[in-house]
Amino acid sequence: MSLAGHYTYWVTIFLMIAGLYIVIARGNLVKKLIGLGIFQTSVYLLYIAPGKLIGGTAPILAATFNTYSNPLPHVLILTAIVVGVATLALGLAIVVRIREAYDSIEEDEILDKDSAGDEGQ
Amino acid sequence: MIAENLPALQVVVPLLAAPLMVLVRRRTFAWLLAVAVSWTALAIALALAFKVREAGVISYAMGSWPPPWGIEYRVDALNSFVLVLVSLVASVVMPYARTSVAAELPRDQHYLFFSMLTLCLAGLLGIAITGDAFNLFVFLEISSLSAYVLVGLGRDRRALLAAYQYLVLGTIGATFYIIGVGLLYLMTGTLNIADLALRLRDVHEMRPVLAALAFITAGIGLKLALFPLHFWLPNAYTYAPSAVTAFLAASATKVSVYVLLRYYFLVFGIPLVFGRLPMAEVLIGLSVLAVVSASLVAVYQRDLKRLFAYSSVAQIGYITLGMGLANEPGLTGAVVHLFNHGITKGAIFMLLGGVSLRVGSTSLERIAGLGKTMPLTAFGIVIGGMSLIGIPGTAGFISKWYLILGAIAHGYWWLAALIVASSLIAVAYVWRFVEVAYFRAPAPAAAGLAEAPVSMLIPAWIMVAGCVYFGLDTGYTLDGARLAAQVLLSSVR
Repeated sequence: MSLAGHYTYWVTIFLMIAGLYIVIARGNLVKKLIGLGIFQTSVYLLYIAPGKLIGGTAPILAATFNTYSNPLPHVLILTAIVVGVATLALGLAIVVRIREAYDSIEEDEILDKDSAGDEGQ
Repeated sequence: MIAENLPALQVVVPLLAAPLMVLVRRRTFAWLLAVAVSWTALAIALALAFKVREAGVISYAMGSWPPPWGIEYRVDALNSFVLVLVSLVASVVMPYARTSVAAELPRDQHYLFFSMLTLCLAGLLGIAITGDAFNLFVFLEISSLSAYVLVGLGRDRRALLAAYQYLVLGTIGATFYIIGVGLLYLMTGTLNIADLALRLRDVHEMRPVLAALAFITAGIGLKLALFPLHFWLPNAYTYAPSAVTAFLAASATKVSVYVLLRYYFLVFGIPLVFGRLPMAEVLIGLSVLAVVSASLVAVYQRDLKRLFAYSSVAQIGYITLGMGLANEPGLTGAVVHLFNHGITKGAIFMLLGGVSLRVGSTSLERIAGLGKTMPLTAFGIVIGGMSLIGIPGTAGFISKWYLILGAIAHGYWWLAALIVASSLIAVAYVWRFVEVAYFRAPAPAAAGLAEAPVSMLIPAWIMVAGCVYFGLDTGYTLDGARLAAQVLLSSVR
């Protein structure tokens, strides 16, 4: 139970917090989505790392193999990756539309334009 | 054959109909199919609810893989209630949407709109019916992704920004949820929700379980707009097309509340959540803040859609309040308020869709004299508003009555007083509408204003009638909610 023995968790937590920080701290809409992607990726590691046994193989019933890795996390994460790709694609598509409507992808500039529009009405 | 497979058909029918609409690319076909699908879903949900009352819990093994190995669809008194609510709202909103969408969206997007709305329906029904924690995440994302698209279709360019914010926060919420599920999976080795509850009893290392509880609370809290995680909601509801606002306000947040109820009471269990942890205090505290602050903010809004969006945050506060009380009357109040608030807000947002169609805006300045120009619409909104306040004879009264009973059962008299006092704030924001609509002369420009189209008024008034009907005859809603509350409290251990 050493700290170094759990290094996959440290990597996971670092990516998780780094991704979330980018989402919160950046004003650029594309950079926010990149942060969101990193955040989601950290969860893939969270699932997959514990499913791996050192020396384990895929669960194939044969006399030569007796240590198996759990295949379920891989399947789950395959689904989660598809969800992540769809989210990122939709997010970027919305950013393209925002760029067309506002001519900017910086959050504060967009908010300025909207509040200026309100006063003009 | 069909009767056995009803739980699967509940989700599969809308899930297959959505891509079919995209392939055929016909407006009328997409609309007709969407109406047919939502009515079928309602029939299935009612049949399931009936079956559950007769014969108890229905367990359906997807693809004949027995649970806990395969994905189980599990219908009990709690989620059959949610299934009926979601499909009922959908089957009223779909017929309504045709005229509303024709006015708000370009013609070539109509079939895509109905495809997305049907997909969202499939996702929400899936969340409610599935008995598998990971399957729930997939349906959560199906419904959320289609909801982001639907919000982004609004006419105002701010709809895009609202959709973007909703996407970012919604994805963080879903990811938090899946982190929580991952931690539970690490500790128990199962993803079946019923099996999770059993195996968690043997888990002695509590820290990962507590972390899972925290992640799931924060994640689902974002999805259901639990105060203070509600920032995405007012913008999303304000700028989304009218039919979308009506549908999402009445169903999406309610389904998330259901998920939280299931995890708190049936997975983690009352002794952990409300015994060892101060979640009751946290939930009640946040709910009171939500009710008071969101109602106060609603009073100062200049746009009706935004006003009622803030009111939604407050009303969700009542539901989580009942959850925090965690006794039978409180939970009955919470579950029945899912339904009552669903139809009330559905009715109001559908009528506001008619206002925005005729007036071109839902801002308070523009609707002066609405009581004269659009009498049926204005009167419907007033009835909906009365249900939000909780005046006896409307659906909202029933839920508040049970919440007050729940508070008194704990000896929280101050809380009962607060529930009544917060209703007075609701009077204030509903009165703002009444004052402008009835006591101000119509603007000269509004002289030729006609009542909303009949095809929109009829579905909206069905919902309004529901607000009154379910306030007088509480047979179905209250019995259903009470049975659901008993399911939630049954697993005390």
